[in-house]
Amino acid sequence: MGTGAGSIVEFDNVGLRYGTDREVLSDVSFTLYPGSFYFLTGASGAGKTSMLKLLYCAQRPSRGVVRMFGNDMITLPRHRLPDVRRRIGVVFQDFRLVPHLSAFDNIALPLRIAGMSEREITKPVADMLEWVGLDHRADAHPATLSGGEQQRVAIARAVIARPEILVADEPTGNVDPEMAVKLLRLFEALNRLGTTVVVATHDVHLLRKVPDSLIMRLDKGRLSDPTGALRYPPRREREAN
Amino acid sequence: MLARLFDGAARLVPGEAARLLPQARIGGPMPWVIAIMVALTVISAAAALALDNVAENARAEIAGGITVQVVEGAPGERARQTQAALAVLEADPRVTEVRQVPQEELSQLLEPWLGAGTLEDEALATPSLIDAQLDNEVTAPVLRDLRAKLEPIAPAAQVDAQANWLGPVFDAMRSLKLLALGLVALLALTAAAAVWLAARTALGSNGDTIEVIHHLGGTDGQIAAIFQRSVGIDAFIGGIAGLLLGLAAVMLLGAQFAALGSGLVAGGGLSLGDWGLLLAVPLIALVLAMITARATVLAALRRKL
Repeated sequence: MGTGAGSIVEFDNVGLRYGTDREVLSDVSFTLYPGSFYFLTGASGAGKTSMLKLLYCAQRPSRGVVRMFGNDMITLPRHRLPDVRRRIGVVFQDFRLVPHLSAFDNIALPLRIAGMSEREITKPVADMLEWVGLDHRADAHPATLSGGEQQRVAIARAVIARPEILVADEPTGNVDPEMAVKLLRLFEALNRLGTTVVVATHDVHLLRKVPDSLIMRLDKGRLSDPTGALRYPPRREREAN
Repeated sequence: MLARLFDGAARLVPGEAARLLPQARIGGPMPWVIAIMVALTVISAAAALALDNVAENARAEIAGGITVQVVEGAPGERARQTQAALAVLEADPRVTEVRQVPQEELSQLLEPWLGAGTLEDEALATPSLIDAQLDNEVTAPVLRDLRAKLEPIAPAAQVDAQANWLGPVFDAMRSLKLLALGLVALLALTAAAAVWLAARTALGSNGDTIEVIHHLGGTDGQIAAIFQRSVGIDAFIGGIAGLLLGLAAVMLLGAQFAALGSGLVAGGGLSLGDWGLLLAVPLIALVLAMITARATVLAALRRKL
């Protein structure tokens, strides 16, 4: 496992523990390929958020091998992490919007960090605000936005820089069903453009809304493979052939 | 170095993102702390410079001066030895100027202690004095040589360098100057410590924002630049306020000392260069604050992933 050609993420026998506690992830092995759409499911406490933290480089594994975009994440020097992180979009479960910035500035943040000029930023951010239905709230600060609006800003911020991988932790948890579908369509649209999408959710109804998606299930820190997502090519492609 | 300091800021904070950290500005303590530090530094530095000028002027005035006292009780012998000493000194190539201090001048010098007309009293023998100016600084070997020359013809002559008399005064001035410079160094350290503390506090209270910037691919340099810029603005405001306060105090004190009219104090005026140095204090404080903020933030970020 973990040697897939053309893969962008490889986990091989990965374990993660915080301090001296027991492992929250054990023997996790899988490969993510460009343009795939994955759901990561599991009960609360199964290790979904810990796995996402490894995916968006907020943690280094305690053991095993993690390779992202060809980089060994165990030995990658700290100063090279920002380059890897700029290729990943993250939607946090608690949104993590910058409280002192407006919705516009929060969404523009990844572009500013990447060094784009104000002239280059204005239109894409305005388009993104319109897409998530918040063009009339561009100047609003997070404290004045509802939970659903904050979530849409967080999603817009995660996708504005067209990341190669989008990692979303319960991205539809605070929005109404209509908006949830709309957001999933945005993820699918990004996916069609080549972005690999990983959505952590415990909402089983959501899984059915993206028919081509693959499912990784975590149970007590261990990964199972109900749709063959962890093998390559995935089961449905093998069956189709 | 300044270009490097602002490099990260230029990349991340071309405008709106500069507001990533909440700014307290005048309402916060940092500009006021820096203003007080700069004001005290300006006053201490001005004191050190003024003392240095006083010492330098006085030293230059008496650097080559010697005094010969002929301590002889018999008036005739005293006069003979005085004339002999004068002749030896006039013949010495190192001596550029020599004169016997006139009796009237001696009377004026001693009048406050001995009363008027005392020197006319033959019963009170007072030494005669010779002032001489040498072409170079009076060193111990020069003094020894002059004493050796005067010894055979004027055994009652005592030769002293004028600088020696003021040695304790110069020592006291040097101590005061070192004290003032020490205060400047301590104030700089305190200012750096205040910035360090403020940066640490800001790091703690903005931990979530910093984490988000990290996750979005922000570099340590970009994050440090945000803090640096914030501290830089505080230091600029505080520095200007402190400079004005410090200069006002220095000018007031300068005017009061000038009114004393004492010769020694009069030499303590500040030169154009000195004023330039005082004007540079807020700039130095600004750079120091920004370097401290950057170093503090980078050191703290290095402990994160």
